[in-house]
Amino acid sequence: MAAEPLDALVAIYHRPSGTTHLLVEPAPAILDVLAGRWLDLPELRRALSDRYEVSGSIAALAERLDELVAAGLVERA
Amino acid sequence: MGGMTDAARLARALGDPASTEALDAGGWAGLLAAARAELLLGTLAYRIGSLPVPPAVAAILADARAAATEQRRAALWEAEMVRRALAAAGCPVVLLKGTAYAAAGLSAGEGRSIGDCDILVPRAALPAAEARLLAAGWEWVKPDPYDDAYYRRWMHELPPLIHRDRDRMVDVHHTILPPTARVTPDAAALLADRVELGNGLAVLSPADRVVHAAAHLLADGDLAGGLRNLWDLRCLLTEVDADELAGRAARHGLGREVARARRLAAAVFDGVPASGVDALYRRRLLARDGWGRATRPLTRLGFYVRSHWLRMPPALLARHLWIKWRRDPSRRA
Amino acid sequence: MRRAVNVRVGPVTFRIGSDWAAPVAAVADLYRDYPPAAPVPDLTVRLEAPRQWRRWLRPQVAVTGDFGLPGMVPLPLAHGLLAAEMGMNLQMALGHRRHLLLHAASVERDGAALVMTGESGAGKSTLSALLAARGWRFMGDEFALLAPDTGLVHAFPRPVSLKNESIAAVQWDGARAGPVLTNTPKGTIRHLAPDAAALAASDRPARAALLLFPRFGQPPSVRPVPPGEAFARLTQASTNYVALGEAGFRALVRLVRAVPAVAVDYPDTESGIAAVEALWAG
Repeated sequence: MAAEPLDALVAIYHRPSGTTHLLVEPAPAILDVLAGRWLDLPELRRALSDRYEVSGSIAALAERLDELVAAGLVERA
Repeated sequence: MGGMTDAARLARALGDPASTEALDAGGWAGLLAAARAELLLGTLAYRIGSLPVPPAVAAILADARAAATEQRRAALWEAEMVRRALAAAGCPVVLLKGTAYAAAGLSAGEGRSIGDCDILVPRAALPAAEARLLAAGWEWVKPDPYDDAYYRRWMHELPPLIHRDRDRMVDVHHTILPPTARVTPDAAALLADRVELGNGLAVLSPADRVVHAAAHLLADGDLAGGLRNLWDLRCLLTEVDADELAGRAARHGLGREVARARRLAAAVFDGVPASGVDALYRRRLLARDGWGRATRPLTRLGFYVRSHWLRMPPALLARHLWIKWRRDPSRRA
Repeated sequence: MRRAVNVRVGPVTFRIGSDWAAPVAAVADLYRDYPPAAPVPDLTVRLEAPRQWRRWLRPQVAVTGDFGLPGMVPLPLAHGLLAAEMGMNLQMALGHRRHLLLHAASVERDGAALVMTGESGAGKSTLSALLAARGWRFMGDEFALLAPDTGLVHAFPRPVSLKNESIAAVQWDGARAGPVLTNTPKGTIRHLAPDAAALAASDRPARAALLLFPRFGQPPSVRPVPPGEAFARLTQASTNYVALGEAGFRALVRLVRAVPAVAVDYPDTESGIAAVEALWAG
């Protein structure tokens, strides 16, 4: 996908679906960390905190992931 | 080129793209409008490729290729979302028609306009497939209980489903012709012989693809959109072994349809003379003018009546039409 | 089709066919000073009778063409010119993909374009017509065409469709105008063809220098719009953003990064014009 930061919003063009999304952090960070990989929730949380210094509860992370799955940007195994 | 209708010129251009060299501006305008109306503009653009054409035409064809690329992307994405929804159902999911041609990289898919996602699953898997699609955001298109009961009992597919966010339809088939049709293809054989694509989706075998396309063109519908379907057939026929096809066609009881489809493709796209009933089909398939309008209303009506007759035995057809007539809001006294 | 005419507007040539002579004659007259049409049309409009007998008995014009929309209500033959204009808009909105289409009015000064986008009724048509009368070059009031490869704005100077009170605000003497159409779904409408200078310049694109989101009939207010918000609003204002795929995405990203965007509320046309001129100078 193509990611273009505009201000607080990041414009994302998802090539497989042809859809455009406007996302705020931590969504773009989640997509970046997950690119081409399968991670479970604890692994994802750790990677986000290491790479992006993003922190938060597992529950909040699960909610963000639900939103991304509904948008078709993330696949759930 | 004199004396040819625009649809006939379109058919000739597809079969022999170099024949477009003789077209003047008016000829091109008519050809492009007919192609657009028949959903064949993208196909025409790929067939013409880099042959020399006037600059204005080159720009229009380039646009058509770009549009076809976006359509293809959307169709393959829809197939992927269907795959995700049905992954845990554990049944084979076989793509049909345009989506299949694009997914399998077939020549029939080049530049093709693709609408709904058509899939084939085993009849026993229908309830599970239905449940999973509804859970994943698809909704019924028609809420009418009569239409629904009719569909479930007499048709070869579930009533149409549309996705609430993406606004695209999926048609779930369990065989390729209605159970009420005169011919009963071997659905189990279609599924058994499928070709896996490696991503969890499959397509029909090369011979079964031709049989399905011929059944769809001739034994199922009223030939609206038939020119595009016949072009699919012409492409598919180049990618199948003739003996294998003959055997499979016989297995499904569709030998006559496949033979007619082959003759029609030659008559319409390659200028082979058509006689008898074939000539009538040809007339129906080329009923389009250079403004994009449907022409030949009586021929079209004849085929429309025929299509209902094929789908339903007469007693059932009478009952169906009676109920539809009673329901018709414009009929109120 | 009984009659046909080809017209070219900016980079697009339309072929308009009609079951009656009158709409074609009205189009030919209004577009008389336009540059010649290309030999092969890009898009086809058809004005046809929905039923055979509707050609003669209280004639009704159904609008269709290369692209059609189900459920479009036919217009009376007296509004044939309006039907032709709607037909062209329909074909553009559904079929044009050579440029990203923004629902916007645009004018040019010193080689730079001012692009005003917003809902119908935001006042962009009137603003663009009045700015044109004040020396700006009129580029269009319905669609602004953004070329994906160059980022330039291309003119699409169709006749301006002025409605109701706006008709009185315009100087009609010496202008090429259509007939006054009364009792249309949007009230009274009159079409005003762009002046000779605008038509002569219609093949000259311009680089966008300012994006405006105007709102008519509001207390005066000027607010800069950050790129993320501008991007979102422009996707809403585009009829073919989705169809263009990644090229459309890139074109819009480039536009909102390169060009400042401002939301302008104004109570009446005079103050609207003043606000625009002030922003442009600043």
